[in-house]
Amino acid sequence: MSANAARIEAHLRRRERWRWSEIAFWLAIVVLIFAVPSRAALINEILISGLFALSLDLILGLAGVVSLGQAAFYGVGAYAAAILANAGYNDPTFGLLVGALLGGAIGLVTAPLLLRGSDLTRLMVTMGVALILGEVANRNGWLTGGADGLEFTMRPVLGLFPIGFSGQRNAALYSLVVLFILFALARRLAQSPFGLSLSAVRENRLRAGALGIATHRRLIGVYALAAAYAGVAGALLAQTTQIASLDLFDFHRSADVMLMVIIGGAGYLYGGLIGAAVFIVLKDVISGATPEYWEFWIGALLVVLVLTGRQRVASLARRVVRTVLPNAARQAGAA
Amino acid sequence: MSGPLLEARGLVRRYGGLAATDDVSFALQPGARQALIGPNGAGKTTLINLLTGVVKPSEGSVFLEGSDVTALSSNERVRRGLARTFQINQLFPHLSPIESIGLAISERHRSGADFWRVAGGHADIVEEIEELLERFGLIDAMDQPTRTLPYGKQRLLEIALALACRPRVLLLDEPAAGVPEGERQDILAALAALPKDVAILLIEHDMDLVFSFAKRITVLVAGRILVEGAPEEIAADERVRAVYLGEDGHD
Repeated sequence: MSANAARIEAHLRRRERWRWSEIAFWLAIVVLIFAVPSRAALINEILISGLFALSLDLILGLAGVVSLGQAAFYGVGAYAAAILANAGYNDPTFGLLVGALLGGAIGLVTAPLLLRGSDLTRLMVTMGVALILGEVANRNGWLTGGADGLEFTMRPVLGLFPIGFSGQRNAALYSLVVLFILFALARRLAQSPFGLSLSAVRENRLRAGALGIATHRRLIGVYALAAAYAGVAGALLAQTTQIASLDLFDFHRSADVMLMVIIGGAGYLYGGLIGAAVFIVLKDVISGATPEYWEFWIGALLVVLVLTGRQRVASLARRVVRTVLPNAARQAGAA
Repeated sequence: MSGPLLEARGLVRRYGGLAATDDVSFALQPGARQALIGPNGAGKTTLINLLTGVVKPSEGSVFLEGSDVTALSSNERVRRGLARTFQINQLFPHLSPIESIGLAISERHRSGADFWRVAGGHADIVEEIEELLERFGLIDAMDQPTRTLPYGKQRLLEIALALACRPRVLLLDEPAAGVPEGERQDILAALAALPKDVAILLIEHDMDLVFSFAKRITVLVAGRILVEGAPEEIAADERVRAVYLGEDGHD
């Protein structure tokens, strides 16, 4: 192979290897779960919201499709797991699978609605779908428990690890494993020809079509996949909190997850996880101090981030890290 | 097959009362070097859009290698060997030339929906990317984001992307538009080096480029074909001089 061919292959594979900073990121979460078991419920919430945000990042960051209705699939996944558990089919893995399939199926059915029109159209359509599904859940109280929601108990994960109020650390670990598997899959997908074609569709849909890419089918595919991810996130939330309620479909869920992706940065997959952590920790800290003002601060953060640009905030953070950890920085340079 | 590679039969496209394309028929033979010229507003862009399937005709049909593709979408026509470049760059600003060309080739290999293998894992695709980058002099900037490339290089990438689809028919929409004098030679050389067996339709305003490239010229005026012929015939045609070339016509 020529030197240029080797360079081309290296360029296309440049994100394939897990970097030390990525490995450290995941190990840090494991350590955190064991080090602060008293906050396992909060960590669990962050991990699930992170998965939910990852699902939005798949369509927003990779394919450039905006949505204010991702909660539709979150709610569907949660109720799928809850209804199954309520009926006695309370194996967690099975619930996740059904949540993913149902979320994905509804994503597949509603995706064609997003192919036409502008971003504003898409925001309204996705919002509308979430409203409709929320109302369907509300009206079918015989199945969903209506305004009372559903309560149930879960069997231990894989028959070994009990989750729930007595097993919050297990619950966080369970969510982490699911998040990691789905993250690794998304990471792989982003570097595949499919992921590359999604970037092309995002950057220039006209040219993507002129290269023979079936742009509509690609968008439908990634939308359904993202919906399945959101379904899993919803199912995880229902299983680990052992309750499903109608507010899962609420508009603010869709808006919050959009905020998380914007705070963390769209398109590189870690953004949703970081955004979820920042969002939920801030919410926890600030609402502990001044319960009525926490939205003020998250709003201020958003304004600052958008106006100054995340890159500048991130590069400032990197400089701080480099001064504090010169050794780590050297390793980063070598990677 | 000995018939024309691309054929338009009685294409009409109306916008309200205006016929932007009015009963246009023509054919591109294998290896054709044909130019489409005409004054502004003659309907060249509409005709390109009709041929590529971006716009559906009000009447008439388009044939690709003898089969009717009028009902096919533009990306399906690309898969059947009809590619185009754009007058205004239509590139992927944040992707590198490697990635841009790579995804076009993956698409042609029908591996564009492969979501598991890393894009760089296909050795034959890597080889093809290298070949195209070398041919268009893009090796130096191949791993940089496209938006950072000089304009002339972006124009070359525009053509390289279309060729990555390995077309049988290539529509070039003003490939030299806006290219500064110093980088113009690169474009001309690239055009001269295009594969001989590909049928090419060149839409161009630059008469020097048209007359140096084309073996046949079609003149479009007000949505209709005014005349078609060899360059000498077109240069000598009084009607063409009157409507298009003006007083200082080409000789």
